[in-house]
Amino acid sequence: MGSGRLYLAVAVGGFRRYATYRAATAAGVFTNTVFGVILVYTYLALWDEKPHLGGYDQAQAVTYVWLGQCLYATLAIQGGGAEKDLMERIRTGEIAVDLYRPADLQLWWLAGDMGRALFQMLGRGVVPFVFGALFFPMALPTAPTAWAACLVALLLAMVVSFAIRYLAALSVFWLMDGMGVNQALMITGIFFSGMVLPLNAFPGVFGDIVLVLPWAAQIQMPADVLMGETDPLGAFAFQAAWAVVLLAAGRLLQSAATRRVVVQGG
Amino acid sequence: MQDDAFIELDGVEKVFDVRKKTGFLKRERRQVRAVDSISFTVARGEMVGYIGPNGAGKSTTIKMLTGILTPSGGRLRVAGIDPSRERKRLAHRIGVVFGQRTTLWWDLPLIDSYKLMHRMYRIPDGRYRENLDRLVELLDLGTLLDVPVRQLSLGQRMRGDIAAALLHDPEVLYLDEPTIGLDVISKAKVREFLRDVNAERGTTVLLTTHDLQDIEQLCSRVMVIDHGRMMYDGPLAGLHEVGEGERTLVVDLERELPPIDAAPARVVKVEGPRQWLAFPAGESAAVLVARIAAEYPLVDLSVREPDIEAVIAKMYVDQAGQAERADQAGRAVS
Amino acid sequence: MGERYALAEGLRAYGLIAGMWVRSSMTYRASFVITVFGNLVVTALDFVAILLMFAQVDSLGGWSLPEVAFLYGLSATAFGIADLVLGSMDVLGGRIRDGSFDTLLVRPAPVLAQVGADHFALRRLGRITQGVAVLGYALVTVDVDWSAPKVLLVPVMVVSGAAIFSALFVAGAAFQIFAQDAAEVQNAFTYGGTTLLQYPPTVFGKDLVRGVTFMLPLAFVNWVPAAHVLGRPYPVDLPEWTAFVSPLVAVACCALAGLAWRTGLRSYRSTGS
Repeated sequence: MGSGRLYLAVAVGGFRRYATYRAATAAGVFTNTVFGVILVYTYLALWDEKPHLGGYDQAQAVTYVWLGQCLYATLAIQGGGAEKDLMERIRTGEIAVDLYRPADLQLWWLAGDMGRALFQMLGRGVVPFVFGALFFPMALPTAPTAWAACLVALLLAMVVSFAIRYLAALSVFWLMDGMGVNQALMITGIFFSGMVLPLNAFPGVFGDIVLVLPWAAQIQMPADVLMGETDPLGAFAFQAAWAVVLLAAGRLLQSAATRRVVVQGG
Repeated sequence: MQDDAFIELDGVEKVFDVRKKTGFLKRERRQVRAVDSISFTVARGEMVGYIGPNGAGKSTTIKMLTGILTPSGGRLRVAGIDPSRERKRLAHRIGVVFGQRTTLWWDLPLIDSYKLMHRMYRIPDGRYRENLDRLVELLDLGTLLDVPVRQLSLGQRMRGDIAAALLHDPEVLYLDEPTIGLDVISKAKVREFLRDVNAERGTTVLLTTHDLQDIEQLCSRVMVIDHGRMMYDGPLAGLHEVGEGERTLVVDLERELPPIDAAPARVVKVEGPRQWLAFPAGESAAVLVARIAAEYPLVDLSVREPDIEAVIAKMYVDQAGQAERADQAGRAVS
Repeated sequence: MGERYALAEGLRAYGLIAGMWVRSSMTYRASFVITVFGNLVVTALDFVAILLMFAQVDSLGGWSLPEVAFLYGLSATAFGIADLVLGSMDVLGGRIRDGSFDTLLVRPAPVLAQVGADHFALRRLGRITQGVAVLGYALVTVDVDWSAPKVLLVPVMVVSGAAIFSALFVAGAAFQIFAQDAAEVQNAFTYGGTTLLQYPPTVFGKDLVRGVTFMLPLAFVNWVPAAHVLGRPYPVDLPEWTAFVSPLVAVACCALAGLAWRTGLRSYRSTGS
C-alpha cells in the first residue's frame, strides 16, 4: 500500500501548491462571481423567451451557471492545470527525470492534478456557488443522496478533464511547442464543456453530438446529476467510460513517447 | 572634494510600513527604517564599493539614487539632480546594471537591444556608433551581436548588459552584483573592463556586491552598511583595522602532528599534515614563521590576508552584542 | 509644452517598445500564426454562443439578432482596440514581484508607456477583426432609419468605448501595484465589461444597469448611444442628449485612471512594493 501513500502525498502537494496563492484565489472568486452574474441574467432572458429550453426551467438554468463557475478553475476548462507544467517539462527535457522516478508517470500527474482540482473547487468554486444560491433562485436538491451522487460525478469529471489535458500535453513530445495545443484545449474546453451554453440547449443534431463527446462529462453530467435530470448510474457510466478510454489512450501515447525519449537518449 | 561631489547624501532616510501577519486576518503594522540617516559624498570619477548583508539597505540606497524610490527624509542629489523629482532627466546621466535581471531582449539578437537604447536615449548617431564600437571591442562582444540573448551564457549576457548601460555615456554607473553567478574568467573580464572605464572615461562607479574580490580588485574606497546605518566609510585597508582582523598562516608539516603551540597564534583547523593558524593582523608574520620553523618540520607555508567577509562579520558581531537584533523584519526589506 | 510633450514622448516610447515585442514574437513564427488563428477562433466562439441562443429564440430581452449583433460589434471592437493597445498590462504584478519593474523606472521614458507596451501582441488583432466583422454584419442587417447624427455615433462609440476600456486597463494596472497577485480582478471589469455590453440592457437587473451607468459608466460604450441609434428606450430613463456624451465620459474615465496610475506609481516609489 506504499504506492498509494505516495500518490496521496503528490495530491496533497498539488493542493498545497495552489493554496499558497491566496490573493490570486480571492481575485478568481471575484471574477467567477461577476461572470456568473452576467451569465445568469442572459440565461434568464433566454429561458424567459423559451421556457423549458433543453428540459431546464429557469432555476435549473441558473443552477447550471453557478455550477459552471464553480467548476471553471476546478476542471481547468481553459487549461492551466497540471498539463501546463507537464508541457514545460517535456519541452525543456526535464521529463526524462520523471521517467526514472519509481512511480507511474500518468498516476503521478493525475494525483497532482486531483490535488489542484480539489483546492480550486474548495478555494475558488464554493464561494461563487454559495453566492449564486443566496441571491438567485436555484434548483438545489434537499436529499443528501443527490449531493453525494453529484460529488461522485465531480470526481469522475476531474479524472476525465485530466485525461483530456494529459493527452494534449503528451503531444508536445512530437510538436515541441505547447502553444497550438493550449489554444485547442482552450477552444474545445470552453465550447464543448458547455461553458457558453448548457449542452442540452444546443440546437438540433449538433446538440446530440456534443452530448456524447467527452467534454459532456465535465459540467453537463454533474449538473444533471445534481438536479436529478438524469439517472446517476447512467451518468457515472458515461463519465467512467470516457475516463477509461482517454486514460488508456494516454498510456498508449505515453509509452510511445517514452520510447521516443529513450531512443533519443533522454 | 566637496566641490566635486557628484553624489551627495545628507541624512537620507527611507522608512517602510511593513504589515506583518500575526494571525488569521490579524495584521500588525510597523515601521522599518531600511535606510537610517545616511550621509556620504562620492566625487566624480571615484569607484566605490557598497557592501553589507542582505537587507542591510544597499538596494534601497541604490533605488533612491536612481530615482526608483523616493526618500522619506534627508537630501539627496546626483549630478545636482533630485532623482525622485526628475527621474527621466536623471536617467540620461546614469547607467544601471541589475546583476540578476537582464534588461536585454531575450528573443532578439543582442544588437537589437542596443538599437533600442540608441533611440530611447536619443543618442546622436555618431556618438552611438563610436561608443558601440568601443564597447564591443573592450567587452569582446563582436561575435555576439547577432546572437539572440537567450543563447548567451551568463557571463556574455552580463557583458552585454554592461555595454547597454554605457551606450549613452552615463556619468555614473550603478552596478548591483555585477559578477554574481559568473565564472572566474568572466569575472576577471568584467572587472578589467570596469577598471578601464573608470580610468579612461572618468565614469563614477558605485557597486554593490557579495563578492569581496570585486571590492579588493576595484575599489579604493568601501562603504559598509547594516541595519540601514553606515558602519564604515574609508579605504579598504582601514576596514581591516576597524574589524581587527586576523591573518591566517597555513602550515604544511612533514607529517601529522598535534596542533602547533605558538601563542599568540592559535590553531583553528587541522587537516592531516596541514594546519591553519590565526594570528592578529598587527603581529609580524616573520617572527611567527621563524618560531614555528625552529620547532617543527616545515614543508611549506603561506600567509593569507584577512578575508573582508570575516572582518565585516566580526564588525557585525561587535555591534550586535549591544543592539540585540530585535528588528529582524527590517532585514526583509532590502 | 509640458503635457503635450510628455504625451508625444510616451507615444514614441510605446512605439519603440511595442516594435521590439512584435519582432520578438516573429522569432517564433509558427507559434505566432497559431496564436493569431487561435485568438480569432476563441473570440469567434464568443459570438457563436449568441448565435446558438438565437437558434432557439427570435429575440433576447426584446432585442433582435441584428440589434444584439450591433451591441456586440461595438463592444467587441472598442474592447479589442483597448486590448490590443493595453491588454498585456496584467503582467505588471509579476514584474513588480520579480523586481523587473525597477528596470523600467531607470529609463528616460514615461513608465505608463513602457508598461502599456509591455508584451504587446499583434495576435490581439483577432478580437478587433471579429468585432468589426460582427459590426459590419449588424450594420447591413439592422433595421435603422439612418440619419447623419446616427451615422456619426458609430465611430464615436468605437473610439469612446476604446478609451473607456483603456481607462479600465490603466486603473487595473494601478490596482496591481497594491495587489500584485490579484491581476485577475481586472478581468472581471475588462472581459466582464465587454461581455456584459454584448447583451441588451433589458436583460439585466435594474441595479446592475444603474451601476454600470452611474458608477462604472460602461453603459456609454454602447448601450446608451446604441439605444438612440436603434430607437429603443434608454436604460434607466436617461434624457435624450446623453447618447452623445460618450466622448466626455471617456475623457473623464481617462483622467481618473491617470490619477489612479499616478497614485499607484507614487505609492510604489515610496513603499517599494
